[in-house]
Amino acid sequence: MPETTALSLDSVSVLLVWTAIAVYALAFVAYAVDLARRGAVAVDAKDAQVRELAAVGAAREGAVAQLQAQERASEAALNAPPSQRPRLVWARIGTSLTVLGFLFHLGADITRGVAAGRVPWSNMYEFALTGTLLIVAVYLGVLFRYDLRFLGTFITGLVVVLLGGTAIWFYTDIVPLMDPLKSVWLVIHVFVASLATALFALAFGLSVLQLMQARRERRVAAAAVASDADGAKQGPGFLRTLPSADALESLAYRFAILGFIFWTFTLIAGSIWANDAWGRYWGFDTKEVWTFVIWVLYAGYIHARATRGWRGSRSAWLSIIGFTAVIFNFTIVNMFFKGLHAYSGLS
Amino acid sequence: MSRSLSDGPGLDASEPMRPADHADSAAEVSQPALGFVGWLRWGWRQLTSMRTALVLLLLLAIAAVPGSLVPQRSADPNGVTQYFADNPDLAPILDNLSLFDVYTSPWFSAIYILLFVSLIGCVIPRTKHHWKALRAKPPRTPARLSRLDGHRCEVVELAPGTDASAAAESAVERAREQLKRAGYRVERYDSASALSVSGERGYLKETGNLVFHAALVGVLLSVGVGGGFTYTGQTVIIEGRTFVNSMLDYTSFNPGRFVDENALSPYSLTLDRFDVTYQPYGSQGSGQAGDFVANLTTQRAGEEPQSGEVRVNHPLEMAGDRIYLMGNGYAPTITIRNADDEVVFSESVPFLPQDTNMTSLGVVKVPDGLSEQMGLVGFFYPTQAPLDSGAFTSAYPDLVLPVLSLDVYVGDLGIDDGTPRSVYTLDPSGMEKLAGRGTGVASLELAPGDTAELPGGYGSITFENEASDSADGYEGSVKRYVSLSIHRDAGAAWVLVFAVLATAGLLAALFVPRRRMWVKVTPQGHTLRIEYAGLARGEDPTLEGAVAQFAQRHGESLQTPPTPRVD
Ligand code: HEM
Repeated sequence: MPETTALSLDSVSVLLVWTAIAVYALAFVAYAVDLARRGAVAVDAKDAQVRELAAVGAAREGAVAQLQAQERASEAALNAPPSQRPRLVWARIGTSLTVLGFLFHLGADITRGVAAGRVPWSNMYEFALTGTLLIVAVYLGVLFRYDLRFLGTFITGLVVVLLGGTAIWFYTDIVPLMDPLKSVWLVIHVFVASLATALFALAFGLSVLQLMQARRERRVAAAAVASDADGAKQGPGFLRTLPSADALESLAYRFAILGFIFWTFTLIAGSIWANDAWGRYWGFDTKEVWTFVIWVLYAGYIHARATRGWRGSRSAWLSIIGFTAVIFNFTIVNMFFKGLHAYSGLS
Repeated sequence: MSRSLSDGPGLDASEPMRPADHADSAAEVSQPALGFVGWLRWGWRQLTSMRTALVLLLLLAIAAVPGSLVPQRSADPNGVTQYFADNPDLAPILDNLSLFDVYTSPWFSAIYILLFVSLIGCVIPRTKHHWKALRAKPPRTPARLSRLDGHRCEVVELAPGTDASAAAESAVERAREQLKRAGYRVERYDSASALSVSGERGYLKETGNLVFHAALVGVLLSVGVGGGFTYTGQTVIIEGRTFVNSMLDYTSFNPGRFVDENALSPYSLTLDRFDVTYQPYGSQGSGQAGDFVANLTTQRAGEEPQSGEVRVNHPLEMAGDRIYLMGNGYAPTITIRNADDEVVFSESVPFLPQDTNMTSLGVVKVPDGLSEQMGLVGFFYPTQAPLDSGAFTSAYPDLVLPVLSLDVYVGDLGIDDGTPRSVYTLDPSGMEKLAGRGTGVASLELAPGDTAELPGGYGSITFENEASDSADGYEGSVKRYVSLSIHRDAGAAWVLVFAVLATAGLLAALFVPRRRMWVKVTPQGHTLRIEYAGLARGEDPTLEGAVAQFAQRHGESLQTPPTPRVD
């Protein structure tokens, strides 16, 4: 068969995908251990402090003051340059493994592209391969600026699930491109959409943590009022080492607006392409509907953050709903909804 | 990580105006109702509030969803027909709720119209206000800078004998210049005890916000108004034939409200050849078609003919129209002679492809020339292959083993009474079937070049071979046709312009920091106390860094004497 070389390159790609999944899974474990240990460390520190405070009979103010001190410390840590970050051994292991997994993943993506002789995002398997790669790339890129390693479990967990599902359910053989896909807009539109998705994923993770953190802050405050020195159940211990809900929110917002810009661009590029391919720039095709819905949801999120009574937890829910819609659009809409965007390559 | 904070009640002139329930506005004061006008004003304030905008946005998102769950008449008319057939009880109910036309439904329209009324009601006063703000002076320096973001205070020792007030003046002037160079609008505010400069920058943020919202209105208007001048039409051209751009040659035509159907641009298109390549049999994606090209000769009235191409993703521009390739198929050339051997029908008949291997369905209608009207219905298989059931299918889309298989009916075609009938369907009621399943006479089967007797002695039928003499096998033996869609979209370019404007506005609105910075210099004996502080207007994570950086630069510049030194 003339295609043997291409085929074998593709099977190398598949092998690399599975290696990457395995390495990411290990990274996930390391990050999870990190969070667990942070929780323990935080509890120890707190115990010591509480004993000290109790001695001077200041437990009530102590809880809140301590909360504030924790917030300041974790905010400084968030913005610390890589060289001045706390030496969290397990987080370091997690990050190193994530980088390793990323390299395998990148290799898988490139070999798939070379084997196919085109950009590796032309059917569902390939979108997912490249999309998850970008999630990891954005995460690793952001680590240079912010110490977001506390998101490591979320990111690696998400990628293991998505990439595993992709390899199991979406794998498709390499076939030549369909005519409508032969366009520079494929390269631009799909790539930018994946990038936006990666940024929304980060915002989503931060919004979830923001909600957890806000709940914890409320409980700490309530416990302080009830002068219950030990505090009621405050949720997972690692939250104590994370930035305040406010700080998490503004970070989530920053990723969401970047994602929103890219999503706007996706919408416009898609319309230009649709105008060339189908003779109309907009036709409320199912995929177009969902792209629009997502855009409007994130516009709503941005508004919510500027609206009294919505800033805070309510707007975080919108970020979560927005990302859920992104994932829904990518999986369910691609696979089960009828429309012109029938390029999943699945049958 | 600072966020804007409202400094005191009321707005100063350079502050962007926000709806009353904006998170940064001072808390709302509930006012007593003031009669009818008061209520109107209250209602308008509600409609143009952030909360309403937000709720309407969320409603818009929710309202758009059903259109992806139920087929839409605009995008998928056949799907709607099918839905009615599959759900005869449910479909009429959904139809009453406009669920097959979600995006033109009253409820969807109500949402977006309200949203845009709210948008306009919000943007106009803000634009007026911003216009004034662009001329206003930066605000006075607050008495206590220490309450602001990034506040820092430096004390500079003056060299003995230096005049403190002159040094203060020069330091604050230096700060004014540096702020100005950094893009701040600046103003000096001096008091008896201290000199200060107040700077504000990032007016572009509000400009961007307004441009973004206004451009959304532009997009909506372009879509609405442009739609009135837009038309789309479909046509089919068989190889060798010519289409003339007039109503006569369109198979369907959907004009916008203001389109003059008699004033279409005069031009013609001739299909010289249609090319397509198929993945070779047995390879990955065997039979997958690609590289479609319709090679045309185009001619505008009074000009020389030119050649042109239409490809997928590459429509042909022609006199302001765009011409798209929507489909293609085979058009077998069929000649029918009556019992006296006179030609009563000779045409290439487009057959509609039914699957990716181009099994194609077609109808031939012979209204005149035979003793009775005749209709032939059947399939064309570019590469005939038997199915297990004994029927045939096509195994490959190219002309490897082309076969035409036709059933024959005679009787009333039902076209004489003027009822419109599709050329692609035959209504056999009231006709007698002469050949095909159930008649005992086999369907006619013809390869290119074959001639067969028509059953019942009506005459003969020939499947013409269109190949040139040098052709290989059956290559080129059957003509092809293309279906083209011809569009004029007057609004599209404007939609794009406004969309790009909106994106540019959005970038400015989200990423230009709007901030204030103050430098205050107080002479104290033979020292200068220099304070720096900033204030964010909106999200501004880099403010503290910016103040620190400015303070450092300003401090350094004070160390260098004003006149260049010669070493
Ligand atoms: C089609 C509907 C609308 C869409 C898609 C939309 C979208 C957006 C987006 C993306 C932003 C962020 C950009 C920025 O911060 O400047 C924004 C901001 C804003 N919008 Fe809208 N908007 C819409 C309608 C409205 C309406 C009706 C109002 C008036 C109530 C409004 C008032 C505002 C305000 C005040 C901001 C600035 C928020 C801030 O201070 O951060 N918008 N809008």
